[in-house]
Amino acid sequence: MIQLVWLIPLLPLIGAIINGVAGSRMGKKAVGLVACLSMAAAFLISVSIFFSLIALPEEARSIEVGVFNWITSGSFQIDISFLVDPLSTLMILVVTGVGFLIHVYSAGYMHHDKSYWRYFSYLNLFVFFMLMLVLGSNYLVMFLGWEGVGLCSYLLIGFWYEKKSASDAGKKAFVVNRIGDFGFILGLFLLFWTLSSHGIHSLSYKTVFASVHELDPKVVTAIAALLFVGAIGKSAQFPLYVWLPDAMEGPTPVSALIHAATMVTAGVYMVARNNALYSMAPEVGQVVASIGIFTALFAASIGLVQDDIKKVLAYSTVSQLGYMFAAVGLGAYVAGVFHLMTHAFFKGLLFLGSGSVIHAMSGEQDMKKMGGLHRHLKTTSITFTIGALAIAGIPPLSGFWSKDEILWEAFSKGHLVIWAVGLLTAFMTAFYMFRQVFLTFSGECRADEHTKHHIHESPAIMTVPLMILAFLAIVGGVVGIPFFEGGSKLHHFLSPVLSHGSHAAAAVEGAGEAVAEAHSSLEFILMGVSVGAGVLGIFLAGLMYFPPLKSFAPSFWTAENMAGTFSPLHKLLYNKYYVDEIYDAVIVNPIKRLCGWCLSFDLGVIDGIVNSAAWITRFISWVSHKFDIYVVDGLVNSMATLVNFNSSIWRRMQTGYLQNYAFIFVLGVLIVLVRVLLG
Amino acid sequence: MITLYHYLFLSFILFLIGVAGVLLRRNIIIVLMSLELIFNSVNISLAAFSYYLQTLTGTVFVVFNITVAAAEVAIGLAILVAVFRRRQTVYVDELDEMRG
Amino acid sequence: MIPLSSLNISFASIMPEMLLTGLALLVLVLDLFIREEKSVLGYVSVIGLIALIPVSARTIEAKASFGGMVMADEFAAYFNVIFIIAAIFTILISMDYLKKMNVRRGEYYHIILFSTVGMMVMASANDLVTLYVGLELMAMSFYILVAYRIASARSVEGGLKYFVLGALSSGILLYGISFTYGASGSTNLSEIARQLGGFQNPFLILGIVLITVGFGFKVAAFPFHVWTPDVYEGAPTPVTALLSIGSKAASFAAFMRVFMVAFPAFHAQWGEILWMLSAATMIFGSVVAIAQKNIVRMLAYSSIAHAGIIMMGLLVYNDLGAGGVLYYLLVYAFMNMGAFAIVALFRNDRIGESISDYSGLASRRPVLSFLMALFLLSLAGIPPTGGFAAKFFVFSAAIDARYYWLAAIGVVTTAISLFFYAKVIFYMYMREPDGEAVMPESGVLYNVVLLVTAFGTVFLGIYPTPFIDMAIKAVKPLLM
Repeated sequence: MIQLVWLIPLLPLIGAIINGVAGSRMGKKAVGLVACLSMAAAFLISVSIFFSLIALPEEARSIEVGVFNWITSGSFQIDISFLVDPLSTLMILVVTGVGFLIHVYSAGYMHHDKSYWRYFSYLNLFVFFMLMLVLGSNYLVMFLGWEGVGLCSYLLIGFWYEKKSASDAGKKAFVVNRIGDFGFILGLFLLFWTLSSHGIHSLSYKTVFASVHELDPKVVTAIAALLFVGAIGKSAQFPLYVWLPDAMEGPTPVSALIHAATMVTAGVYMVARNNALYSMAPEVGQVVASIGIFTALFAASIGLVQDDIKKVLAYSTVSQLGYMFAAVGLGAYVAGVFHLMTHAFFKGLLFLGSGSVIHAMSGEQDMKKMGGLHRHLKTTSITFTIGALAIAGIPPLSGFWSKDEILWEAFSKGHLVIWAVGLLTAFMTAFYMFRQVFLTFSGECRADEHTKHHIHESPAIMTVPLMILAFLAIVGGVVGIPFFEGGSKLHHFLSPVLSHGSHAAAAVEGAGEAVAEAHSSLEFILMGVSVGAGVLGIFLAGLMYFPPLKSFAPSFWTAENMAGTFSPLHKLLYNKYYVDEIYDAVIVNPIKRLCGWCLSFDLGVIDGIVNSAAWITRFISWVSHKFDIYVVDGLVNSMATLVNFNSSIWRRMQTGYLQNYAFIFVLGVLIVLVRVLLG
Repeated sequence: MITLYHYLFLSFILFLIGVAGVLLRRNIIIVLMSLELIFNSVNISLAAFSYYLQTLTGTVFVVFNITVAAAEVAIGLAILVAVFRRRQTVYVDELDEMRG
Repeated sequence: MIPLSSLNISFASIMPEMLLTGLALLVLVLDLFIREEKSVLGYVSVIGLIALIPVSARTIEAKASFGGMVMADEFAAYFNVIFIIAAIFTILISMDYLKKMNVRRGEYYHIILFSTVGMMVMASANDLVTLYVGLELMAMSFYILVAYRIASARSVEGGLKYFVLGALSSGILLYGISFTYGASGSTNLSEIARQLGGFQNPFLILGIVLITVGFGFKVAAFPFHVWTPDVYEGAPTPVTALLSIGSKAASFAAFMRVFMVAFPAFHAQWGEILWMLSAATMIFGSVVAIAQKNIVRMLAYSSIAHAGIIMMGLLVYNDLGAGGVLYYLLVYAFMNMGAFAIVALFRNDRIGESISDYSGLASRRPVLSFLMALFLLSLAGIPPTGGFAAKFFVFSAAIDARYYWLAAIGVVTTAISLFFYAKVIFYMYMREPDGEAVMPESGVLYNVVLLVTAFGTVFLGIYPTPFIDMAIKAVKPLLM
């Protein structure tokens, strides 16, 4: 069964191709069916692979399945091959499982869109690349997936490209991701270069991880840092998180699948996959954890005051990703991956729920214009609340177990600051999530009459995925509950992959006894504290926004009052710390100006090619006008002019006269002869 | 005594005359004749080598060459006729429609 | 007296050539009976050629036959398949093209078949005599084909130029052969290597230089490329395609066999010549292509630049380099054929030649524009196309063999070449349509050619390994 793993990415790819090529002629039913069936089949295969894998003895649970040999050049060889191990199996289960549900949901959500087929083609293509990313057994396949998901994310954010904000958001995501990818690819180059100086011409995980200990730790630190730059971009961490909130311009199921459940977690997966590298570079681990926990707090604080239903979820995603990075940065890889999994369930659920709300509200996304929707959208409201409880860390829902594990790891490893900030973030999370729940579902409806009239529950094709995800959000944490005999099941499952590193090993290997023992009184206290933070957040949100509770609130505790009292802070948060504006002023505008120059330069060159006769005029004017201002540009331009100049000189050789040709020919013979006979 | 080098020298001179003809004469017919001269100069050199090396290969090659050259000339003249019909000229330097 | 049996007369070893000659003669005879619909001849030729592919792919004999004249090894088989594929595509795009150009004569098809026979003889020739006869058969067929549109002044002018320069280069090649014969006493390639045994003499050096020049002409290496742009422009476009693919591949096949089998001991000498030619050809081809306004001339200079890169592989002279040449030519057959097919479709007497005619094509014919962009990007060597894999393979072989400078020149000229390929894409996608130039509908035949070439271009890029392995296996007999 495991040998069939190549089918998993292949099926969505086939779906994408069928829908891409023939989708416009197939009719909506067939398009949706192709897309969903390919996902369903991929999911079923993933499940059976999972069962084949756990049937194997623990040491044998890492199987490389070669598909074909991609490039061979000398001793250097790149295979398209897949690695089936506990980590990748968990990832494919999440990707295909959540992906399947979101495909089904999309079939309902996108039903009125005219480019239905284009949507499903992109979505399937995305899944294909995502599966390549998590299944690849070497860095290049991972990179292929890494770039591919970026591309699909760009296509899907800008899916409604007629809308300027959407196409701008797509571009922003692409550019910001590019910055991160640049670091990622530099890291890969450095890794490859270092390995080949040690005589290793392979980028497969097995060889790399086996030989990483021979490398200079400083170089490994640099590699780990560069790879993490890629993760910052892809997983929207500070300071490259700015694209993710804007990415909400895409269709809501896309936000659920790509910008919450799967793609943005690629960075976490990457760090976890490379735990052998990161455990050799503890400084980088510190940086990862610090950036992660800072992002968690930073994004959560922005989320407190946003009014757009999807923006809140977006900042919440950024914040939760920060948690995961805090965990993997501390070496608690299992905790990070655990949270990744539970987050996929409840955040996917929340996004789909918000999609259902938006669907009902005829496209309205401002929560100030919602309210009282519980009456009309029972299923959505209940499932959404379950998601919110899960993310707020209320036991026994899944989010509680994973978040608590991260906090426990931080505490037990002595990183009290991270623990404290995490706790604060947990409180904020609970607050903004329930602010959202109350604003949306409780009280009186604040929409206009026309919209009100149209409010309706979504069809079953959309609500059934919600219910399934809600179920998963409730029970998904079971696998990671630490109190069962022998500790958490997930730890056991993942530890062979994630225990390359020494301190990861210390944390995980003794999971059986040490952890069970440590999960004693102290952890119960800490659990109580974090649950308390969550409950407090919910309670305070209720006092502020839940009509039945409002009357109990002290007079200063209303949204308006608080905004007024802390007006500078509120303004700062509401404007997202002005980060976009700062980027605009410091980076974007200067680059735009540079682009302006480049554009004029480009036009100059293209014109120049077409019009080579005028080269001399341009050359002189160019020298007098521009040389001292734009030296770098100038260098490129002068090369182009030189080439251009040579081009038109040399083409005069081609006079059209036969005998000139013969003459050149004979002259060539003579030159070669003289060169050889004399030299 | 006529040595191999005498033959080779003769062949070389003929070759040069042929190349010069191709380079310098304007009339296509004379250019074609100069090309024939080049082929025949090679034939002389092949035959001379064949004789002095006492192997037959060179001589056989000469026979092939003569056949090929005959075919070549036939095609050359056919193209010449086509050019003449179209352009009413046999001078190569009047054919410069394509250049650059 | 040599006993007849020692000559190893094996008709099986020349079966593809014999069958193809038979097919050509059949088409020749059919031409007499089919008065109206000459494209029937084209279909007959295509069917025959397709049937020939498995035959040529399997005609492999380890031992030279006909007294050492013919060597039907993997090398020859690999090239024969390339030739047949090129000929099939050419005939497929010719049928519509000839109708469009109002050419209604049938000998076109069998001349193409005869030129293919010539190429096949060149690839399997193990003796300078066989090689020369094959080369002349191919060349003479092309002289006729280039001048085939006798109603067009440019076509006959191109034909004449090709003929005179081609004959001159044949003379020079022949002169070189005669010196080689004089120096070694044989025309058999393996025998030459045995007789010379590394011993230098002035005749031999002269021979090597002149043979290099002769092949340099055929593959369009600077400064022997002068005929290329004019002939490419003047010839009917499908013929140009075959000329740039088949003729070039056949000449490289012969080039490789002669230099690797007969002159391996003199690699230092010919290596130096090839180094210079390769560098000059790459630079010249890519630089001059920039100034071109006519798309066929642009592709002509591009084919010159490609010849420079392919020569680099030949120069490297090991299994990677020589295998790279074979792989490159296979990829080139697909991507260049695709580009020429679109040019042939677009071109008629007035329009479709200037690059500016391609303005705004993307908005009118999105699929064709996309395919054109694909072919051009492959020619420019952008991943994940076959062009990238081929260039990557050849450059890395050069770097492996420590030809750093040459590889650097190759990379720089590849970067320059992106300039002029991208220009066409720029016109197609960024400019407004001109209004006048209208791309005709592509018929079934074109669609087949375009689909297959596009598929080949992409497939060879993402999954090159089996073909590279085949190429490396094919050059093994030459490297012994």
